[in-house]
Amino acid sequence: MTQDQVKVELKESDVQKIKTICAEFDNNGGELINVLHKTQNTFGYLPAEVQEVVAQGLNVSVAKVYGVVTFYSYFTMIPKGEHPISLCTGTACYVRGADKVLDELKKVLEIEVGETTADGKFSINCLRCVGACGLAPVVMVGDKTYGRVAPEMIKGILEEYQ
Amino acid sequence: MAYKMHLLVCGGTGCQASESAALVENLKKELEEQQLDSFAQVVMTGCFGFCEKGPIVKIIPDNTFYTQVSPENAGVIVSEHVAKGRRVDYLLYKNPEDNTPIAESKNMNFYKKQIRIALRNCGIINPENIEEYIARDGYLALGKVFQELGAENTIQVLKDAGLRGRGGAGFPTAIKWELTRKNEADQKYVVCNADEGDPGAFMDRSILEGDPHAVIEAMAINGYCVGATKGLIYIRAEYPLAIQRLKIALNQARNYGLLGNDILGSGFDFDIELRYGAGAFVCGEETALIHSMEGFRGEPTLKPPYPAQSGYLNKPTNVNNVETLANVPVIINKGPEWFNQIGTEKSKGTKVFALAGKVNNVGLIEVPMGITLREVIFEIGGGIKNNKKFKAVQTGGPSGGCLTEKDLDISIDYENLIAAGSMMGSGGMIVMDEDDCMVDVAKYFLDFTVEESCGKCAPCRIGNKRLYELLDKITKGKGTKQDLEILQNLGGVIKDTSLCGLGQSSPNPVLSTMRNFEDEYHAHVHDHKCPSGVCKSLMTYEIIPDNCVGCTACVRVCPVGAITGNKKEVHLISAELCIKCGACMERCKFDAITVN
Ligand SMILES: Cc1cc2nc3c(=O)[nH]c(=O)nc-3n(C[C@H](O)[C@H](O)[C@H](O)COP(=O)(O)O)c2cc1C
Ligand code: SF4
Repeated sequence: MTQDQVKVELKESDVQKIKTICAEFDNNGGELINVLHKTQNTFGYLPAEVQEVVAQGLNVSVAKVYGVVTFYSYFTMIPKGEHPISLCTGTACYVRGADKVLDELKKVLEIEVGETTADGKFSINCLRCVGACGLAPVVMVGDKTYGRVAPEMIKGILEEYQ
Repeated sequence: MAYKMHLLVCGGTGCQASESAALVENLKKELEEQQLDSFAQVVMTGCFGFCEKGPIVKIIPDNTFYTQVSPENAGVIVSEHVAKGRRVDYLLYKNPEDNTPIAESKNMNFYKKQIRIALRNCGIINPENIEEYIARDGYLALGKVFQELGAENTIQVLKDAGLRGRGGAGFPTAIKWELTRKNEADQKYVVCNADEGDPGAFMDRSILEGDPHAVIEAMAINGYCVGATKGLIYIRAEYPLAIQRLKIALNQARNYGLLGNDILGSGFDFDIELRYGAGAFVCGEETALIHSMEGFRGEPTLKPPYPAQSGYLNKPTNVNNVETLANVPVIINKGPEWFNQIGTEKSKGTKVFALAGKVNNVGLIEVPMGITLREVIFEIGGGIKNNKKFKAVQTGGPSGGCLTEKDLDISIDYENLIAAGSMMGSGGMIVMDEDDCMVDVAKYFLDFTVEESCGKCAPCRIGNKRLYELLDKITKGKGTKQDLEILQNLGGVIKDTSLCGLGQSSPNPVLSTMRNFEDEYHAHVHDHKCPSGVCKSLMTYEIIPDNCVGCTACVRVCPVGAITGNKKEVHLISAELCIKCGACMERCKFDAITVN
């Protein structure tokens, strides 16, 4: 799945939800990033259609909202997988072989970083240092952390979620 | 009810990843079942630092330090140690030299040379309980500032102490506070920079997870001294545990009247709000951070005006790093003379480092300024993993440089590290061994910079991309002598012409590795070889005729049909077809395949 393929039709209740979030922050354009955090927490991602409603709610241009969403890597326009996989690519993990683990993940799931598998089950995301360098290289699936991961372990880890 | 014994369990991110939460549950359950729960108490603390050996359990009062404790070990700790006072030998840390168990952390090499000031409470108190912070002189400094010192004397104390910013640049903290104080305005702000974007660093996160009140107290002091009634903590949204503990701590401080109106009857009003970063390294730069808090893209702007003149919402704003702030309350309590006798002439106090990479003891350490890299890597870090040879140590993250064997005896301070061609940075310290390729490491950091450049100015946006492409070309064996010259020149231009610290320092990893590992660059360019065997394109897989028995296992496993040979004849790998996947080497039972 890539960004262009995501098309959503917002229900009236979703539009209301976004408007409520904007109102919580006094419809103040300066709170854009906080509004986006909360909106992404609610919907899981920020497709173009959602961004439009946010822009209206805060009375800023859609271009500004899009500019902010694409600037920050934490915001995503693609829904994450049911089991989002995050791989630490901090320096400590890198020198302990995180790139090989990433290659294996991409190979097994047949997707690139930032994408979601067609069945919506997994997505891959790279993080910079999760603070568990003692366990490098580190992979997280949802909230669960796997330490000292070797490429050979990937299949086994994914099987836990099949 | 006073407990006779406390079981401190590390609740830092690293240990939580190794099931320390389950361990806490099990310990509590065992205490209950063995009816010892009124005698001993389980406390989840912040990070002990010794992440390599986590999860860690420390028992007070006898200071026993258990390492790599799994949830299943809860039973024996309670039935032996808590019930009978007998140490469980097999859970103790083993001295790597002679394998004898060491029971107390103060006797371990990892801790012997550390001085814990910023981390004073991490691993000692329960960060979710303000009483424990108060019991260790918490909020005493705030009272002292209100009642005894007043704003100007407090700033003087920090000046005498010689405290410098731990966020990277080493700017004297007192001078920054003074500037913000002098600028008159109807509203001022103090900001704590907890963005910590360096890809190998987790110091600030550990402080916030282990001792959030230290930062809150320091911010209140900061606000009082500069005349600000509002504080903001800009923290990465990727730090959920730190955010949760900060929220708890802020609420407790409010309930205790340590935040809010008329704090401790001083007439001073102050409160703190959290602002979330959204994963952009450049937002650690203070002007970008301020724009991000205002709801914009985090693009830096030219200084001056400095934040102290015109910052958040164009009001005077004091930005300090987490670790800088964590030092403030202790300095006020113990006095500047106590602090400034630690360290070197120009760099006082301690520095927290996230020691990681190929060392035996990965972890969070706090060492006095002036300690040597050798002491840090070989004594505290316990030397290089798997008895490999030390090659380089990277400090300062993507803005820093790689130092080598010849630099191991310089003493660590702001000036010395810069003189050696690196920098202090925020505290990431990554150790590399003979298996790491320095061209590849430089490429790793450039990849990071290209990704994180905000794109505002051309030298950084385009120049770094070109640097990356050149490095990529070199790691693929296609680099030329001229490319090396271009790297040098372009690196210099980017440094001279970029707007913010990111661009001004981004070529450092390339330039420092070129300076220190010239041979390695030449090997890639002239000999088309990667001496460390990292750069895939430069490897060749070959068959050792003497070992090959002609079993055809490799012929069958090669995915691209690059291996030819009949049964019982020596096989041959075609260098042209080979994609260097290594499948043949894995399959061969006779060690007949080598990689060069
Ligand atoms: C690209 C870039 C990234 C930075 N990242 C951080 C950071 O993550 N944390 C931090 O405290 N300072 C960071 N800084 C330094 C800040 O701009 C600023 O100097 C610091 O927060 C001031 O606090 P201090 O005086 O207490 O060190 C960064 C600077 C640059 C140029
Ligand atoms: S140097 Fe790079 S990060 Fe800094 S302002 Fe310019 S483009 Fe942005």
